[in-house]
Amino acid sequence: MSLPGFPDAAPLAGLGGGILIGLAAALMLLGAGRIAGVSGIFARATGLSDSGMSKPGAWMFVLGLPLGAFIVALATGGLPANFASPAYLVVAGLLVGIGTRLGSGCTSGHGVCGVSRLSQRSLVATVTFMAAGIATVALMNTLGMEVLP
Amino acid sequence: MIRRILPPLLSGTLFGAGLALGGMTDPARVRGFLDLFGDWDPTLAFVMGGAVIVMAIAWRFQPRMAHPLFAEKFALPDRSDLTPKLIGGAALFGIGWGIAGLCPGPGLAALVIEPASAAFFVAAMLAGMGIVRLVEKD
Repeated sequence: MSLPGFPDAAPLAGLGGGILIGLAAALMLLGAGRIAGVSGIFARATGLSDSGMSKPGAWMFVLGLPLGAFIVALATGGLPANFASPAYLVVAGLLVGIGTRLGSGCTSGHGVCGVSRLSQRSLVATVTFMAAGIATVALMNTLGMEVLP
Repeated sequence: MIRRILPPLLSGTLFGAGLALGGMTDPARVRGFLDLFGDWDPTLAFVMGGAVIVMAIAWRFQPRMAHPLFAEKFALPDRSDLTPKLIGGAALFGIGWGIAGLCPGPGLAALVIEPASAAFFVAAMLAGMGIVRLVEKD
């Protein structure tokens, strides 16, 4: 199904993917009693955070991410993947790593779990990183910086 | 042990599958969503919408449960203060997200889809987290 006016959009796949992410976060909340925040769990797994779930549990969640993507790639016969060059990836990764630790979360913890709980901190964080992301892409486009192939 | 290992593994796998199905492991799709003033791709709004609706239902069940299904107690964030650190951190994260079209979940999930590229992002993200850890320990 396509969306009128947006030929490249994949609304049904997006909604289906979102429901899976919601179920994943619901399982973490109702099963383990914790927030499914990827940045926090990754920091916990790698020893860069002392709080959160058990370290083995954090590793299981982190390993599940590529496993789940692998299953979908197999089932769909491959996934599109347009990545920036290493220099952009390194700068972006540094900013994401610093930003998520200072800001106590990312798109999953704040954007999905916190927003759905109507947490004030998460709502403000989500609006902030959305606005920063939109401004960054707009600025880079204005400057003619081609990031993706 | 099974109770502690299986739920996070299942949750992570579902999460990674959802990211891949929703197209979030393709940075072009994420950047398309952030390109609000250009050739906008609204797909990510459907991903976040689907996830938030399911989680909003889960939050309705949570207070009625004496404890989580596989753990003794809930351990949830309880802060509500807005600090410069929160907002500044979110802004830095958003800039990085906009540059490469990757956030932590898709970056890790993409390690099996485009390993040579995703590894640069994940290694740098780890370094960034490490820098914060070092600075905050002093």
